[in-house]
Amino acid sequence: MSHLLREHAPITERGWELLDSEARERLAPALAARKLIDFSGPHGWEHSATSLGRVEGIFDPPGEGVSGVRRQVLALVELRAQFSVARSELADADRGAEDVDLDALDAAAQAIAVAENAAVFHGWKAAGITGILEASPHDAIEFGEDCERYPRHVAKAVEALLSAGIEGPYGLALGPETHTRVLETSEHGGYPLLEHLREIAGGPLVWSPGVKGAAVLSLRGGDFLFEAGEDLSIGYESHDADAVQLYLEESISFRVATPEAAVALT
Amino acid sequence: MGFDQYHEPPEELPAQTRTFARLCTSLTEEAEAIGWYEQRMAVETDDEARAIMHDAQGEEFKHFCMDLEFLLRRTPVWREIAEGVLFQEGDIVEHGEDAEEEATEGAAARGAPLSGGESLGIGGLREVS
Repeated sequence: MSHLLREHAPITERGWELLDSEARERLAPALAARKLIDFSGPHGWEHSATSLGRVEGIFDPPGEGVSGVRRQVLALVELRAQFSVARSELADADRGAEDVDLDALDAAAQAIAVAENAAVFHGWKAAGITGILEASPHDAIEFGEDCERYPRHVAKAVEALLSAGIEGPYGLALGPETHTRVLETSEHGGYPLLEHLREIAGGPLVWSPGVKGAAVLSLRGGDFLFEAGEDLSIGYESHDADAVQLYLEESISFRVATPEAAVALT
Repeated sequence: MGFDQYHEPPEELPAQTRTFARLCTSLTEEAEAIGWYEQRMAVETDDEARAIMHDAQGEEFKHFCMDLEFLLRRTPVWREIAEGVLFQEGDIVEHGEDAEEEATEGAAARGAPLSGGESLGIGGLREVS
């Protein structure tokens, strides 16, 4: 049995299939960062740190004539979002119900996806994670709300990346509000703005809950490194007569290898 | 439709195990196809035909690798052994023995399952590389 303790939950195999399937369906569209950066893993729950290949000096070695250095690592952080499912709903699922109430699972999936995206793009100082937009040395480009100017702004971001020697294709992470504006807009002649921006970037436009504004970043690989110990999983916490307490969990680290490979659009 | 990939009654197997078995079967089929193309190319004298077979074999390499990566992601100990064997220089058998010992003993010490990961299997989602 793994630490997820799934076997202890009063949930049938069909129930677990439903929960896992629902979680996948809700997570996949919202995990924006994973659509734009390098993913490594899963390396297992016991994987605790990412090797950075660097050392730091240690003073006062415990002996004459020796020196010491300490390897630097980035510790993985565990993200967890709890939720509960009514046992009556799980029983109905076993009977074949198609409209099982899994709202709490959906909310947990959204929450953990938003947190993952926010950590990757905006950082998580307490966890030692520097975000893509924090690390970028490029001046942020003001995106604003005038959609007609978006192609010009994205082209300017691409130009900044090319000038820094960063090859494409490039992806565009769009915060929800910006994404909605882009979807709603057609340019003169009826051509969708979405398609125009995609042509400029040469890569996907990704709906990115948790991202403020937008970002253009290279998809060439090797620039933004996400590492999973345990990939997103559902675990069991407790239950009573009415409900089962569960959680979504992952252990992750993230680091920026090439800060200049992204431009913020604010 | 056959169910040859199952050695136990499918209805008694968890969904994750059925998926695992399907990918194991797929991995086997890809390896077989790689071997078949190798044999065909060895006897084919027409350069154009051999070029097509070579291209087709490349597809099978890709399929094999994708199947393998999926299985390794779902099986931490298998992955750990693979990491000790694949892309390493030196004695393959020695690497294999060392990797097996290290991985299985380490897993046993941690109380970890030897197969059948429980994650949602989402992994990376980037399509452009």
